[in-house]
Amino acid sequence: MIPEIGNLALAFGLALALVQFVMPLVGIATNRWRMVLVAKPAAIGQFIFVALSFACLAWSFYINDFSVAYVASHSNSSLPVAYRIGATWGGHEGSLLLWAFILSSWTFAVAMLSKALPALTRARVLAVLGFVSIGFICFILFTSNPFDRLIPIYPIDGSDLNPLLQDPGMVFHPPLLYMGYVGFSVAFAFALAALLEGRIDTLWARWVRPWTQAAWMFLTLGIAAGSWWAYYELGWGGWWFWDPVENASFMPWLIGTALLHSLAATEKRGVFKAWTTLLAIAAFSFSLLGTFLVRSGVLTSVHAFANDPVRGTYILIFLGVVVGASLFLFAARASKVSVTSWYNLLSRELLFLVNNLILVVATVMILIGTLQPIISEMLNLGKISVGPPYFNLVFTILMTPLIFLVGLGPIVNWRQHSFQDLVARTRYAAIASLAAGLVFVISEFERQATDLVQIFVGVFLIAWVIILNLGDWWKRASKKRSSTLMNLHKISPSFIAMYTAHIGMVIVVIGVVISSHFSVEKNIRLGIGQNEVVEGYQFTFEKLTDVVGPNYDALRGHFTVTKNDEVVARLEPEKRRYHASGQWMTEAGIDASLMRDLYVALGERLPDSNDWAVRIYVKPYVSCLWLGGILMGLGGLIAMTDKRYRARAKQTSKSSDSIALEAV
Amino acid sequence: MKPLRKRRLTFVISIVVGLGVAVGLTLYALNQNVNLFYSPLEIVSGEAPKGPLIRLGGLVVTGSIQRNPDNLKVKFQLTDNAENVWVSYEGILPDLFREGQGIVTMGVLQQDGTFVASEVLAKHDENYMSPEVAEAIKKAEAEAKARVKK
Amino acid sequence: MLESNKKLIYILPFVLFIAMTVLLYTGLGKDPTKLDSQLIGQPIPAFEKTLLLSPDKTISEKDVQGPALVNVFASWCPACYHEHPYLMQLTQSKTVKIYGLNYKDKREAGLKFINDLGNPYDLILFDDNGRLGVDLGVYGAPETFVINSDNKIVYRHVGIVNLDVWQTILKPKMFPEANEQQEQGAK
Repeated sequence: MIPEIGNLALAFGLALALVQFVMPLVGIATNRWRMVLVAKPAAIGQFIFVALSFACLAWSFYINDFSVAYVASHSNSSLPVAYRIGATWGGHEGSLLLWAFILSSWTFAVAMLSKALPALTRARVLAVLGFVSIGFICFILFTSNPFDRLIPIYPIDGSDLNPLLQDPGMVFHPPLLYMGYVGFSVAFAFALAALLEGRIDTLWARWVRPWTQAAWMFLTLGIAAGSWWAYYELGWGGWWFWDPVENASFMPWLIGTALLHSLAATEKRGVFKAWTTLLAIAAFSFSLLGTFLVRSGVLTSVHAFANDPVRGTYILIFLGVVVGASLFLFAARASKVSVTSWYNLLSRELLFLVNNLILVVATVMILIGTLQPIISEMLNLGKISVGPPYFNLVFTILMTPLIFLVGLGPIVNWRQHSFQDLVARTRYAAIASLAAGLVFVISEFERQATDLVQIFVGVFLIAWVIILNLGDWWKRASKKRSSTLMNLHKISPSFIAMYTAHIGMVIVVIGVVISSHFSVEKNIRLGIGQNEVVEGYQFTFEKLTDVVGPNYDALRGHFTVTKNDEVVARLEPEKRRYHASGQWMTEAGIDASLMRDLYVALGERLPDSNDWAVRIYVKPYVSCLWLGGILMGLGGLIAMTDKRYRARAKQTSKSSDSIALEAV
Repeated sequence: MKPLRKRRLTFVISIVVGLGVAVGLTLYALNQNVNLFYSPLEIVSGEAPKGPLIRLGGLVVTGSIQRNPDNLKVKFQLTDNAENVWVSYEGILPDLFREGQGIVTMGVLQQDGTFVASEVLAKHDENYMSPEVAEAIKKAEAEAKARVKK
Repeated sequence: MLESNKKLIYILPFVLFIAMTVLLYTGLGKDPTKLDSQLIGQPIPAFEKTLLLSPDKTISEKDVQGPALVNVFASWCPACYHEHPYLMQLTQSKTVKIYGLNYKDKREAGLKFINDLGNPYDLILFDDNGRLGVDLGVYGAPETFVINSDNKIVYRHVGIVNLDVWQTILKPKMFPEANEQQEQGAK
């Protein structure tokens, strides 16, 4: 019964999404005020029904209703409750429902928090969101219904959730990621509304910014969570694989980052208007493209679900309609919103332009690398593949100037900045950063030249960004006759957010540079009782015990790590065999700290002996990757708290509504 | 009008420079980092280059796995049911590495015709066969049959 | 001059997007679930397989006689549970011969599947190592192959078989003569 309610609720959600799309637009076109007003209640209703539908699916998982095909293929009665709930989005159908649910949640938030918006803008924004909802709900109902039953005969037990996904990280990672992905739909809807109206102003940018910051924050955290999951769950200590699915989430992030900056310029200086709308369209288009790549099976990847050409075709058509229509609208209307304004060659506007250009180029390069299998098949280039080396090379080269600019960004003024002044303000930072780089190079002199160049550039950039950002923060704080960095009353949250996010980014860079150049990785053969010394840490393989988990059996290795005869960590890597699927999984044993991670994973028991193949890694500063990611997310959060977004909103609410009323 | 021109100019120049850098970088990176896929049949018939990094895929031949008792060196044969190629590797084999399983390795073909792998990839789903391997096997078998007929 | 250039720039994203959509569409067309043409029209590949229900008995491709369906199934495949009731119905009509291929399964699990859900198959081949699956080009379960009276593969269907699939796709492929007659009759 519950699954049928879920199905019905989703159908109601679809009906309300239709209302939400059609009524406001017709109302605006025919000057019928009442129809325009329908947008908000329809959006709220749509949210309630889609949420109900999602709850029904989660409930079916909770009570182990294996007559539901989707539950049967993604859960098992012995699966712990938390993973059963997490399994709701563990497969194709459920993750789409999660997508639709999150979209309706964002729609709901826009409907509730947009009192300040002119009624017409709000109606247009909600109509666009309604259209996206229609596409997704139809996709679910007609090609990927999670409520389909296996009746009359159904399995007594389910075939289990992929063991890779049975992990706390996987419970949180997809919702966070989708919050980000789908969150860009709001900026997208605002961009389309603006193009329809043919007007973009400071106020518009001010409405869009907090929504974009929120989506960006979730996406940042989602990507960080995913990378953390890959690090300890895939069992070989890597944290980024340039897998198509990872790229699918990274491309919208890069575009979203460009959008954040471009929006700032549009708000403060009224420049880049057409470009900002284009980025807003692009950010969401890349989210949709990511969904297409993951769901269509065009590219096979570690994460890919079963391919189904019908689904792929559907998403492609949907993608074509949504993106094609919005780019067409852009082509037709962008010249209306664009303005010509003046800024100097050396100015913050120019830095933002370069920032945007680099981010967009990086996105395109990743897109090319990701689509390369299709491209080369089309051009008959044979079975070639570009692996991580391509992405690493391209990305490092592009990010170097970008990070350099992150140091300058806060210092350079809008409109124009004198070159002499810039040199004067940055020369000490430059000297200090060069010195830091040299120190590292000298201490690591025995390495290869390419390594040394990378280390030097990395250390220089890290020092450069930290010194300039903290220095500027300090200066701004002390200018206001206060000596603390956190003087919230005196410095606007926007600035604190910027510094936090920039420093978060550079902490990620620290993690990348140090962990990729200074990690020591050893794959060795180790018997019980034997030990191995890595980087001064002595890893002793004490014993092996049997462990019985809720739905798996495991062999657990017990390792003691000592340094200078003091025990620093006990690690317990596991080799698990999941009952339902019979799959083997490697659970690494990790002792994490800021300065270094100690990492042990069991490979395989070597035949005809009691020895094991063991991976032992000592990875310095690798946790900076996730710490930095969290800081960047925090930056996004702080940015949203800026009172400016609300204070102004109140001032304008009355006047804008009355304007809207007059217009209608 | 002058500053406007100037701005336009910077905009156009930056886009041109950006695109130029992007195209150049892509071509360079693609040139450096493209790995071609070969089947054992293609290796044996001499179609694969010796020296550059390539990918080799096939089924692990039953009974061919030889391990060094002192370290993690391992040798095994890969087959596409037409030809076999010896692969040597040092390191930890993936969980799903076993006899009869289809795998893909990345490495360098030596002058003596053996393959030294730097990476062994097996998909995490044991009911999944890499399309590349499956296709290679199908092709090689068709070719082997054609040869027999000759 | 400048103005028209500007307009062109705004149209550029749209044009690029159209190009990319075309690219993605061709990618879709090359989907691996479409069987390579080389297998169609070929006789079924040679094999020696034991039977699921009697492990001591081995049969080869010579023991298969079309027209028939070869249905690839496994106990680990949820869609197979979905498909099975229809196969039971189909076999009751006594007009179709169905061979089962228990693909990459454990024998006990495969047996349990058949015992629980019933046996619609004339013979069930047990393909424990998936070799026959590879030869047939199976990417997953369920898949169904149509074999004609000359024991040649004429069609491969990916996904579940239901009444609709049988009536509109498989049946016409399996009995083309009957179809032609019908069409001629209609004329």
